Amino acid sequence: MSEHEFKGLIGQPLDRVEGPLKVSGRATYAADWRGDKPHLIGFIVESPVAKGRIVSIDTKAAEACAGVEAVVTHENTPKQIPFGERAKGGRFAQSHAMMRTDAIRHLGYPVALVVAQTFEQARHAASLVRCEIAAEDGVFNPEKHEDQAVKPDELDGTPEVDTEAGDFEAEYGKAAHQVEGEFHTPSQHAAAMEPHATVAQWDGDKLTVHMSIQILGDGRKAFANTFDIDPEDVRIVSPYIGGGFGSKLGVHNEAILAAHGAKLTGKPVRIAQHRRNVFSNGPHRPRHRQRLKLGADANGKIVAIDHATLSIMARDYPFAEAAASPTRASYATKAMRTSHRVVEGDIPKADSMRAPGEAVGTLTFESMIDELAHSCGVDPVEFRVRNEPEKDPHSGKPFSTRKMRRCLQEGAEKFGWKGPVSRREGDWLIGHGMAAAIRPNLMQEAEAEIELSTDGHLTVRLDMTDIGTGTYTILTQIAAEAMGVAPEHVTVKLGDTDFPETCGSGGSFGAGSTGTAVFEAAKALKDDLLKRAAKADSEWKGTNSKELRIDGANIALGNRSLPIAQLGDGSGGISAKGAAKPGKEYKTMAQYSYGAQFAEVAVDAVTGEIRLRRLTGVFDAGLILNEKTARSQLMGGMIFGIGAALMEESLMDERYGAFMNRDLAEYHVAVNRDVPRLDVHMIEGFDENSNPLGSKGIGELGICGAGPAIANAVFAATGHRVRKFPIHMEDLLEHLPAIG
Amino acid sequence: MHPLRLTVNGTPHDLKIDPRVSLLDLLRENLAMTGSKKGCDHGQCGACTVIVNGRRINSCLSLAVAHEGDEVTTIEGMADGEALSPLQAAFVKHDAFQCGYCTPGQICSATALLDELKRGEPSVVTKEKVELIDEEIRERMSGNLCRCGAYNNIVDAIMEVAEART
Repeated sequence: MSEHEFKGLIGQPLDRVEGPLKVSGRATYAADWRGDKPHLIGFIVESPVAKGRIVSIDTKAAEACAGVEAVVTHENTPKQIPFGERAKGGRFAQSHAMMRTDAIRHLGYPVALVVAQTFEQARHAASLVRCEIAAEDGVFNPEKHEDQAVKPDELDGTPEVDTEAGDFEAEYGKAAHQVEGEFHTPSQHAAAMEPHATVAQWDGDKLTVHMSIQILGDGRKAFANTFDIDPEDVRIVSPYIGGGFGSKLGVHNEAILAAHGAKLTGKPVRIAQHRRNVFSNGPHRPRHRQRLKLGADANGKIVAIDHATLSIMARDYPFAEAAASPTRASYATKAMRTSHRVVEGDIPKADSMRAPGEAVGTLTFESMIDELAHSCGVDPVEFRVRNEPEKDPHSGKPFSTRKMRRCLQEGAEKFGWKGPVSRREGDWLIGHGMAAAIRPNLMQEAEAEIELSTDGHLTVRLDMTDIGTGTYTILTQIAAEAMGVAPEHVTVKLGDTDFPETCGSGGSFGAGSTGTAVFEAAKALKDDLLKRAAKADSEWKGTNSKELRIDGANIALGNRSLPIAQLGDGSGGISAKGAAKPGKEYKTMAQYSYGAQFAEVAVDAVTGEIRLRRLTGVFDAGLILNEKTARSQLMGGMIFGIGAALMEESLMDERYGAFMNRDLAEYHVAVNRDVPRLDVHMIEGFDENSNPLGSKGIGELGICGAGPAIANAVFAATGHRVRKFPIHMEDLLEHLPAIG
Repeated sequence: MHPLRLTVNGTPHDLKIDPRVSLLDLLRENLAMTGSKKGCDHGQCGACTVIVNGRRINSCLSLAVAHEGDEVTTIEGMADGEALSPLQAAFVKHDAFQCGYCTPGQICSATALLDELKRGEPSVVTKEKVELIDEEIRERMSGNLCRCGAYNNIVDAIMEVAEART
């Protein structure tokens, strides 16, 4: 472990500081906020077709209902910039216009919003809206329309859409071991427990929204770009978010609709998407077809890698998932080729879901690596160790750190790995499998403000969010350690665009980026306090701010002490700002976090039922900022991996472009009894190239590798490779041992 | 409008309500008690779990008018002022939540579960008699989804309180 200066609160397993609010029902999520005026309630009327134009819409019966104050349709929406325009700031900041014209964008797209005094009134009136639509044929399945596939302008997270190094055909052609396969991964929904919700209120041209959103800064621009107003006139408040997983990075349909309703009625309007809404009025991870070809030489060294993906992109919404990007950084090879193609479809927004790219990319690639290891007759752990790259195989850059070998070896030890074990216990076929995990480490721009009151209390403000990631807690720890105070003397305020702008939560960059901003703000505050102290008392001249502490209502350094009240101008507290941005190490080095996961599954020899019995993960994510919340995040990621391997898929009826399993009874996420004791280990570390805290992203790492470890264990148990996800019992039925 | 009398966290209410209002919406909208959460409105996620006359139910699946004379306990009724209930405190200690949205339902569910265990009521995993093992807790808490994946920690929190009770 590298030496670092953090020996205090940072890293400690502090309980979540907002915990007492959350366990007593006092944390106010978007739909919980009430304000001083009663809210009107909006209910969305969804289009039953995926593509077409509204011929006529009859809202009379709805308008005549008791309590209804407005019915919003494309005929009376306020002025909006067309959807997709003003895209310079990216897809989250572009115009998200709703019902601007008579065009239907996808099945479930809103054709009307009924606004009434109560939820029951709005829901009933919505059922009376009649809409005639001239339907057109849509595109829903990228494979059926592969002739329309295009190379996207860029991928989510990287401008490199295709890569080629070395001569793949030549190396693959002469490889001693060749494996190839075509995989299918399904559309998935983040299914955060809190459905998207917004309360919107206009005050002239000023818009205030209480909503559930991960990145406030981009959301503010989205409202400004949609309504052609100044971003300064938009305030977003989002102190508690009931889970995001990428689905709340940007604004979604109910947010714009609530602003429409509020504009038309002149009153605050609240819309909470209902669970079925979320599957079409929120985003989803797109489906992929992935083709893989891997070659290795007689010594079990990889010589050729080809990973080609075909996916779908929602029309006019530029998100192409980089499923083959983790492949580029995984193993040493002589030749490598990766490519991404997309078909534009008439589907709800395809967008980020936890570990976009890596989650589905490592699912297939690490399954194929397992096949190659088997073909070479080399233990899968040894195979991966043998093929560890010394530098980034794609860019040739050095890795900032790379502890993959240690993750693999420690994981094998903790799990008790004895190769891909396969044995029978009564009617259960037991199998062991493993996979590597890799996820880019990112850093984004962020600012933070820290204020010291005369009684010695610190208040930290930034528009960062806590989506369950532990942000309130880790920022408390960072500020407290930096200023030398106990955590109870720090209050962290998040989720308000009135506070300094940050990158928000996404891409696992939130903690490192905003933590650095808070750390820098604290340093600036200490420097400022010392300057003020030197002015107030010459004895303080020439002292070092590093050792400065807050001691009650005083600043203290060695045996010197000065009341904070003597340092200000009498108007109250003293505040300072700090900023973070990616250093040059993000250009000169390849930065990743790493892991290795090991699974034991039991497959019923008669029915094919698959049960996960054990899952061990060992991870390297640099300095751990809070041992407790980090462990929880990794566990949560691993459970998403269980879902990807065995449960989660959004099934589309391709005749209509309709997601069919639009609720939590039919979109299966892991429940408590599906999840065995998870065995989580974090390798201590400090990556000085990442940020001054030495931390790396952790929120998406756990999902990487968990799914393929389970899939590889299913192979070990049954001897059958399933090349579609999730793996279901019916995929195994024909491959189970003969009965009797 | 329909008359309704019920007690919530010990406080009697005498109301006139739209008969279409679910118990969950009565709490959240009519009584402005937003601790109980709406995750699916279909009884599939458990975020709205409250305790009615000592039994846990999904409040979204129940019309408010069906609760004439009932005693309802919600997450707001668990703490004694600022003093958290043992389960609430154990949830904080064991990090049995992340985003916190499912948490009110988890805690109401777990509170009723402890009484079910005390009464010796069997579940689908019970063999001879109810034992205090992971499997019992995991099975009995599987009606409360947690997308953040705090399941292991939820079991730990409940086990700690259940063990202290026996």
